[in-house]
Amino acid sequence: MSSAMIDLIIKATLDTLYMVGVSGILAALLGVPLGVMLYVTRPRQILARPALNQTLGMVTNIGRSIPFIILMVAIIPFTRMVVGTSIGTNAAIVPLTIAAIPFVARLVEGALNEIPPGLVEAAQSMGATPGQIITKVLLPEARGGIITGLTITIVTLVSYSAMAGAVGGGGLGDLGIRYGYNRFNPTVMLITVAILVVMVQGFQSLGDYLVRKSDRK
Amino acid sequence: MITLRNVSKTYHIKGGHKDGARGHVKVVEALKNADLHVPQGSIHGVIGLSGAGKSTLIRCVNLLERPTSGSVTVDGQEMTRLSSSALNQARHRIGMIFQHFNLLTTRNVFDNVALPLELMGMKRTAIRERVMPLLELTGLTDKISQYPAQLSGGQKQRVAIARALASEPRVLLCDEATSALDPQTTGSILELLRDINKKLGLTILLITHEMEVVKSICHRVSLISGGELVEEADVGDFFTAPGTQLGREFLNDFLQLEPPKGLVERLEAEPGEHTHPVVRLAFSGDAVSTPLISRLARDCEVDVSILQAKVESIQERTLGLMIAELLGPAEKTRQAIDYLESHDLHVEVLGHVQRDD
Repeated sequence: MSSAMIDLIIKATLDTLYMVGVSGILAALLGVPLGVMLYVTRPRQILARPALNQTLGMVTNIGRSIPFIILMVAIIPFTRMVVGTSIGTNAAIVPLTIAAIPFVARLVEGALNEIPPGLVEAAQSMGATPGQIITKVLLPEARGGIITGLTITIVTLVSYSAMAGAVGGGGLGDLGIRYGYNRFNPTVMLITVAILVVMVQGFQSLGDYLVRKSDRK
Repeated sequence: MITLRNVSKTYHIKGGHKDGARGHVKVVEALKNADLHVPQGSIHGVIGLSGAGKSTLIRCVNLLERPTSGSVTVDGQEMTRLSSSALNQARHRIGMIFQHFNLLTTRNVFDNVALPLELMGMKRTAIRERVMPLLELTGLTDKISQYPAQLSGGQKQRVAIARALASEPRVLLCDEATSALDPQTTGSILELLRDINKKLGLTILLITHEMEVVKSICHRVSLISGGELVEEADVGDFFTAPGTQLGREFLNDFLQLEPPKGLVERLEAEPGEHTHPVVRLAFSGDAVSTPLISRLARDCEVDVSILQAKVESIQERTLGLMIAELLGPAEKTRQAIDYLESHDLHVEVLGHVQRDD
């Protein structure tokens, strides 16, 4: 294999890590609060707002139900507005983030749902405000579940980012399609797939390690 | 210290899918016109079967459940009228412990006890000064950096007690605090609660379905059934002579003091020409140490056949309980009952049995 090819593979790997990393962080920053909102605004919860809860739930479900490849194309005008282009790694980050936010939110909501209601009740009996209940009880107690959710999200983003390659998103998916698929180069195809496998393994192991470290149950 | 006046709580449960009426709202009266007064420094128990409204009652005190009507006063503050921030302030003065402990799994013992103080915005050094004596009081000093998962049930409840006491409350609410513990651990937790009550003068309101809890630490007891407080008495009096049928059932169940099955079947409500009365006698105070039964035989000329007997000590009082058949002519047995009552015994005629002869 030529050294130019190797350079391409390294660059594509870094591009993928960049896309997944940035969209993962942005999705966490926006998805975790949305997940918390989805949970605490439920009926009989600490900030029960049934109407708001239904609206948020509906928006989240719409986000979750649009196939990624369609979402990517559908929001091109928005992507252009945000990053100035619809091609390349930066452009891919926009749909990746938007697809991941509702995903993260539902997983966070699920993690919060696992917390025994008695813990919230105990905090209320101590005179905790809703804000304190979120920061001192809900988020710490759901930490393991939230990390699990974020790990699933990152792994999903790795495969989404490969899909983004199909429409000129850059990264390993792009490389695999252009060199491996379009130019019939099975070696490049195999290498990109192998790197993706290793990457997913790595993220999963890191996530599992963090969950183990934070879990005291 | 705690006063409930005419407190009711009604739930509206949406459902009715079973009877096909969608949107049908079922109204459940969990608490009906409850009146309760717990003076400062006393331990008051509320006993009842599951679903009787105990949990609702205790949750109405710190407004974890907001009463539908009525007033709740704790330490001179009318709880139902407080704004949400004032309510949180008031809750700092009301500790609460739970059946399932409700400790945070991600915090160690120290940090669990520190939680209410963090919520009050206390500084780390001040928190330490407050938490350490509490860990000593509850016997947890060597468990300070362990996590709840590493503790036994009894130890978890001790952590919960230390946590409830951290904000120096005036009142402690105990929601079935020993129901998830084995009898031995229950004993040690009750011991601790009594200790706290004495040392700190803390007022305790507890709910339970266990007579053992009432017997060993409560000063007064209320009986709850179907959302209503049906009976209230000093614990000694309650164990001597419950005022309601439900109270008697609780007591008999606890003491296992029932007339033999064969006899129960033969019991008749009204005396006949050839019947003997079967009585349940409760002795307390001086009567326990007086040889009344032999005097009864001598002075009233009736024979006494003892079917069941038991001596219980309820806190500082000794209580003797007996089920006996009084054998003799109707005239004599009536006199015998009067004689017993004149000696401060509580006599309850359970029924009458036909003479065998």
